[in-house]
Amino acid sequence: MIPAAFDYHAPTSLDEALSLLAAHGDEAKVLAGGQSLIPMMRFRLAEPGVLVDLNHIEGMAGVTEEDGHLWIGALTRHAEVERSDLVRKRYPLLHEAASVIADPIVRNRGTVAGSLVHADPAGDWGAVMLACGAELEVHGPDGQRMVPIDELFVTTFMTSLSPGDIVTGIKLPIAGKRSGGAYEKLERKVGDFATVAVAARLELDDDGVCSAAGIGLTAVGATNLRAQDAEKALIGKKPDEAAIDAASRAAAEAASPTADNRGSVEYKRDMVRVLSARALRRAAAHAGGEG
Amino acid sequence: MNTSVSIAVNGTPHDSRIEPRLLLVHYLRDVLGLTGTHVGCETSLCGSCTVLLDGRAVKACTVLAAQADGAEVTTIEGLADGDELHPLQEAFWEEHGLQCGFCTPGMIMAAHQLLEDHPDPSEAEIRHGLEGNLCRCTGYQNIVRAVRRAADAMGAASS
Ligand SMILES: Cc1cc2nc3c(=O)[nH]c(=O)nc-3n(C[C@H](O)[C@H](O)[C@H](O)COP(=O)(O)OP(=O)(O)OC[C@H]3O[C@@H](n4cnc5c(N)ncnc54)[C@H](O)[C@@H]3O)c2cc1C
Ligand code: FES
Ligand code: FES
Repeated sequence: MIPAAFDYHAPTSLDEALSLLAAHGDEAKVLAGGQSLIPMMRFRLAEPGVLVDLNHIEGMAGVTEEDGHLWIGALTRHAEVERSDLVRKRYPLLHEAASVIADPIVRNRGTVAGSLVHADPAGDWGAVMLACGAELEVHGPDGQRMVPIDELFVTTFMTSLSPGDIVTGIKLPIAGKRSGGAYEKLERKVGDFATVAVAARLELDDDGVCSAAGIGLTAVGATNLRAQDAEKALIGKKPDEAAIDAASRAAAEAASPTADNRGSVEYKRDMVRVLSARALRRAAAHAGGEG
Repeated sequence: MNTSVSIAVNGTPHDSRIEPRLLLVHYLRDVLGLTGTHVGCETSLCGSCTVLLDGRAVKACTVLAAQADGAEVTTIEGLADGDELHPLQEAFWEEHGLQCGFCTPGMIMAAHQLLEDHPDPSEAEIRHGLEGNLCRCTGYQNIVRAVRRAADAMGAASS
């Protein structure tokens, strides 16, 4: 199927891109990897009159540790995160999630920021970023601001960003000395969106006690969800089987799945419990704690 | 509003004025007449449209031709050297890696990138590398064998 007609712009600077968005208002949409937007346009679920392609703006991609945080440029492709040695060594949650998004060809194009702004509750990055407590750097008509991930998702396919905004990067807390993470995704077949997936991140102190915990859920609500009660069940405790069991049950409580051809409500909720326990055990083992 | 693009396809530069909504796969097939790149679905799932865009495999049904402005595109037609088949083409032939051949151009372009990233791939690496490409008739066993055979041939040629 063929998209509706539109005008196409490929600005080479962020300022130029922002001016184009400002000039065209609601008519315009930003194009990043195009792996969600182009399919939506082909189905005429999106019919923007103007596309502002970010791909020619230099310096918007890359994964680096700088000034005490991890920085993921907005145009960083899923595949770039998957292949990054830094990520593989220090951010297992990000590495694992990147490796199970779509298929290798889609991963070559699709971007981390595009995925977050698309706000599909079945998207994998939303759960990961909720677990990590990420912030988005956003440039808009009124300058630059940071948007905490907890304030991004409004509902399915809708964020708190305005049409004139461009995400320029994502900032994550740097991995501590004893940190661990894991992504557990249940899918019907390779390359599929999740039936259910769970992102887990743990930080341990010198005594092996959880000083921070993050749990994000995929495909079990109107948006990606953060399981805050599950996080609280871990903080201040050693991540032993009892703590992991309590947290996994709390994560299942936080889920509000709907029944579809991937499974019933009961099945999906219980899979949140099972996958949470698996992810937390592996995160704890990676952080050098129990589990 | 039409837009001008300059795209090098299989080493040949092309300057065209196109509608921005033209998908890269239709540019290749309908404007340039390179029908080796197939269209097998409407959902970006099947991978039969896979080409290389500046060396990386992409689904040409999910990229605008306008986005390839200034880029180099390689299609299945660009692999053979005159009458001499590319080792991947040769290996698909030898191992019966195709029946109807519909998925083959995309399969081979995806395998091309796979072998660039993993010149000596394990069976698991081959299977993961081809997760974005569906075959409805050959079955994957022979395709995996063909990619492994091509890896051997290309490894022998470069050592
Ligand atoms: C076959 C297939 C399978 C898939 N499977 C999965 C999967 O298993 N898990 C998963 O998570 N995803 C999956 N996806 C989606 C994929 O991850 C997309 O890459 C992602 O959802 C969107 O990223 P993009 O860069 O392609 O964004 P685009 O499609 O370019 O844009 C998406 C939206 O974000 C906006 N946008 C993009 N970048 C910015 C920015 N920097 N600032 C402001 N707005 C921006 C656009 O305007 C648009 O509204 C799949 C896609 C396909 C085609
Ligand atoms: S035609 Fe099926 S993925 Fe492009
Ligand atoms: S050879 Fe027929 S679809 Fe693969």
